[in-house]
Amino acid sequence: MTPLDKQIPVAQTITATGPDLPATRLKVCDLSLSYGDSRVLSNITLELPGNRVTAFIGPSGCGKSTLLRCFNRMSELAPDCNISGTILLDNDDIYARSVNVAELRRRVGMVFQKPNPFPASVYENVNFGLKIQGIRKKRVVDETIEWALRAAALWDEVKDRLHESALGLSGGQQQRLVIARTIAVRPEVLLLDEPASALDPISTLKIEELIHELKREFTILIVTHNMQQAARVSDYTAFLHQGRLIEFGETEKLFTRPSRRQTEDYITGRYG
Amino acid sequence: MELEKDNYSTHISQQFNEELETIRTQMLTMGGMVEQQVTDAIEALLSADVDRAEASRKVDQQTNAMEVMIDDLCTTTIARRQPAASDLRLIVSISRSVSDLERIGDEASRICAQTIEQAQSGATQRGHQEVRHIGKLVRDMVRSVLTAFARNDIEMAYHVAKQDKEVDREYRTAMRALVTYMMEDPRAISSVLSVIWALRSLERIGDHARNLAEHLIYQVSGTDVRHHSLKQIRRTVEEETNALLSDDGSTEE
Repeated sequence: MTPLDKQIPVAQTITATGPDLPATRLKVCDLSLSYGDSRVLSNITLELPGNRVTAFIGPSGCGKSTLLRCFNRMSELAPDCNISGTILLDNDDIYARSVNVAELRRRVGMVFQKPNPFPASVYENVNFGLKIQGIRKKRVVDETIEWALRAAALWDEVKDRLHESALGLSGGQQQRLVIARTIAVRPEVLLLDEPASALDPISTLKIEELIHELKREFTILIVTHNMQQAARVSDYTAFLHQGRLIEFGETEKLFTRPSRRQTEDYITGRYG
Repeated sequence: MELEKDNYSTHISQQFNEELETIRTQMLTMGGMVEQQVTDAIEALLSADVDRAEASRKVDQQTNAMEVMIDDLCTTTIARRQPAASDLRLIVSISRSVSDLERIGDEASRICAQTIEQAQSGATQRGHQEVRHIGKLVRDMVRSVLTAFARNDIEMAYHVAKQDKEVDREYRTAMRALVTYMMEDPRAISSVLSVIWALRSLERIGDHARNLAEHLIYQVSGTDVRHHSLKQIRRTVEEETNALLSDDGSTEE
């Protein structure tokens, strides 16, 4: 296994190409991960552009959620997890010893499949991260909460019930609340792990619209089982299979003329 | 170069396989009808066979109905399956192709109308040599492009696109000869004009056959080669052949 502090030459990096490609925010170099003897990710190398949505697709167990969790060091919480390779966020190795993981997780926020609001008011949910950050000035807190709820396209629906329980919101509203809670602390990267899979079609469309709006300010990485959703919301798509990165490129190209046969078979429903 | 023939029948969903297969089969059936229309139109013109021309014109109504039916199948499949990659290209390509096939049927119908008109106003043999020659070329093109569709053979499609150049060249030569003839004998203008219209229809059938070839190349390679030069089309076909070969090697990892 390669030590975490060792820089890997980026010789075979798969990079999305495009004429007006924004600067790379995240660079994954030869990343491998295993739980005990079981290898989950093998030699993943790719560069992700900033202010764009990148979707990770692939069959169940291909390692896409595991890869997503590597970006905010959640994968390593498992006791038998072994990670090699590097992930660079703006050229800083997020696995370096000096990295403050709490600060990393502020910069790289995450939203999960099932909405997980705290059993508190809407206001307190969004305020949670701000409190931890030590932001207590009422005017600043109020402004930030309003901004986050507006950015999450939820403000109009909850502005009159900010102090009511968040658990009374619908599933779609709860998920947008969780997104508001995540962006309130102004992260740079948003990790979305199947954010709409538990929602109805209308709520799903609202989340997708929200993702489109949020990419102006954040770099978004999304894991989804819904390929049409990946095709709709993402600018770039990475296809993983059995822990390996099979293909990475512009979503438009990947969904109309993929260059690898395995990708073609998966997105056209021939896989299996 | 051919893709595996059962490429459209390997989905997990059997229903989806059947839907794509139906669309493909119906398109090829329509192609067969249109090919027969072209043959009948040319033969009727050359033998001044009004009955055959009338019968061919009736088939045109059936091909029109097939165009609408296949397009409807394509729309339903897009709505129901949200196809991607090669499946999406197949549907888009067939939706475009049935439109070209229908136009070929229309041109064949026009030739039949000229045949009927000529028979009423007294037939002339002038220009029949050209009709026979260009007619053979475009008939070959239509047959070849339909075979190419049946086999997903883009190399064959490229040759159809190439043949269109020859048809255009022969058409220009025929036009020059017939215009000269009309200048020499103004009494023949009316009957020769009728042959000119028929030749023009044949030339257009050649254009539509080339369009069909381009749709097939898009379907197989993913590159839209409409409005591309022959040289560019050649390059696309070669790149696709090489890509397929290299992909075959890399899937064995």
